[in-house]
Amino acid sequence: MLCDECGKLKATVHLTEIVNEQITKLNLCEVCAKQKGSDAEQHFGIADLLAALSDVEAAAPAQGAAVSRVKCPSCGMAYEDFKKIGRLGCGDCYNAFRANLAPLLKRIHGAVQHMGKSPTPGLLKEQKSLSKLQDDLNAAKQELQKAVKKEEFEEAAALRDKIKSLERKLRDPRS
Amino acid sequence: MSSPVEHLIKQTCEWLRGSGPNSDIVMSSRARIARNLEKTPFSHWASKKQEKETLDLLEPTLASSDMLKGALFVRIGELDDVDKQLLLERHLISREHIVHPEYKAVAIGDREIVSVMVNEEDHLRIQVMQSGLSLQECWRVASRVEDSVHKRTQFAYHPEWGYLTACPTNTGTGLRASVMLHLPALVMTKQISRVLQAITKLGMTARGLYGEGTEAEGNFFQISNQITLGHAEEDIVDNLDRIIRQVIGHEENARRTLMKNSRELLQDRICRADGTLRSAHIINTKETLGLLSMVRLGVDMGLIDSIDRRAVNELFILTQPAHLQKIEGRSLSSAQRDVKRAALIRRRLEGR
Repeated sequence: MLCDECGKLKATVHLTEIVNEQITKLNLCEVCAKQKGSDAEQHFGIADLLAALSDVEAAAPAQGAAVSRVKCPSCGMAYEDFKKIGRLGCGDCYNAFRANLAPLLKRIHGAVQHMGKSPTPGLLKEQKSLSKLQDDLNAAKQELQKAVKKEEFEEAAALRDKIKSLERKLRDPRS
Repeated sequence: MSSPVEHLIKQTCEWLRGSGPNSDIVMSSRARIARNLEKTPFSHWASKKQEKETLDLLEPTLASSDMLKGALFVRIGELDDVDKQLLLERHLISREHIVHPEYKAVAIGDREIVSVMVNEEDHLRIQVMQSGLSLQECWRVASRVEDSVHKRTQFAYHPEWGYLTACPTNTGTGLRASVMLHLPALVMTKQISRVLQAITKLGMTARGLYGEGTEAEGNFFQISNQITLGHAEEDIVDNLDRIIRQVIGHEENARRTLMKNSRELLQDRICRADGTLRSAHIINTKETLGLLSMVRLGVDMGLIDSIDRRAVNELFILTQPAHLQKIEGRSLSSAQRDVKRAALIRRRLEGR
């Protein structure tokens, strides 16, 4: 059996659709089935559900139009984009779209205050010491290049040892 | 060229071992944590260049985590279609991870307990899977993996809304805890929809064997938390655990009722399933799942003792399309797979 859609490839996917109480059967090849599948997803995706939940335009049309044009300053995503794809662009979008996201999060989760794990002070301290090690390492690498260029080999050797020790510490912070 | 995931086919993943608490009804437990890097566009919104930078940054970060010692690091873009499908069938990656795979990757830890997807919808999806009911343990391990990565990176975090994720349904803890349940008796006694409805009312979601949008084939149901914001991880896990124990109780009751009131009928269905699997020469995935489910029920209820639970569990995965093709070492058409599948099942059930 050949695909009803392209008529070229063998039909391996058999789709039954019910539209207006009419049953239609489609025999599709994998390529067309994927196309069809992604079409269906776009129509019935989470994006629509989220958009419906967060839509303020119905309530306040004038304000809603302005909100739709709001753009995230960090990643350039517009609120309209979010409504279409149902995914935010970056962490900063949360602040940029705050007016709409706060009620949306409340509707989804029934809460607006995070509980549980957070970047703890202990971890932050460890992070800071690691990021300092990384900075030191980068600086040492640059100095090494300069030293090599200037043919200051004694200095270069000392820097090489320093780099090795920093790399060791970065690999295993407890050593 | 030999594939980077070749050896997986020869090992049993931890979650299929068929042991651990309540493993007669609970196939596996899983905890998944979503995290994103600070000041970096989420993977789906990032340019190719940004996506590559994220991968280049996270690859060495994950490699240096003491929780991922000796992990296999695979770039999805470098895999052929069968290998991608293989990882999907083993629940190591999601369907979404296969689409536009150029800068997507997965780190697979020892015995496939820990796996970390890079550049899925979120920059990091840390997953821990174990057999039986062990949600707390899964969460604890996942949290330790997250700690080990967090030492070297800053995650997008908001004091009010917690960890920020691409989809607002994951915001907060970013934690999705789930359990794969085998509930044939609740299906047979037609109580399943009532149970699933009650679960949904309690803020949990029920799905099929392969997650979102899949049918509940083989009487497998994946139940997970829906809410991620406003409850601490321990509470989310504890809540789900309590509900799962209730469901287990219902399934046990239904099994006892079947045994008491319709033992012959039950035995008939189980033994016919076993017989069909032992004698079929052509069989598709769907029929296989249904029959294996009955055989597993037989093993769990002590009505079949010719095969153990782990062997049945393995068949659920080994009979999937990509696994069959890896075992055969070549690509097979759907019709060829049905023949090879039947042969594999016959061999395994004969203990060869």
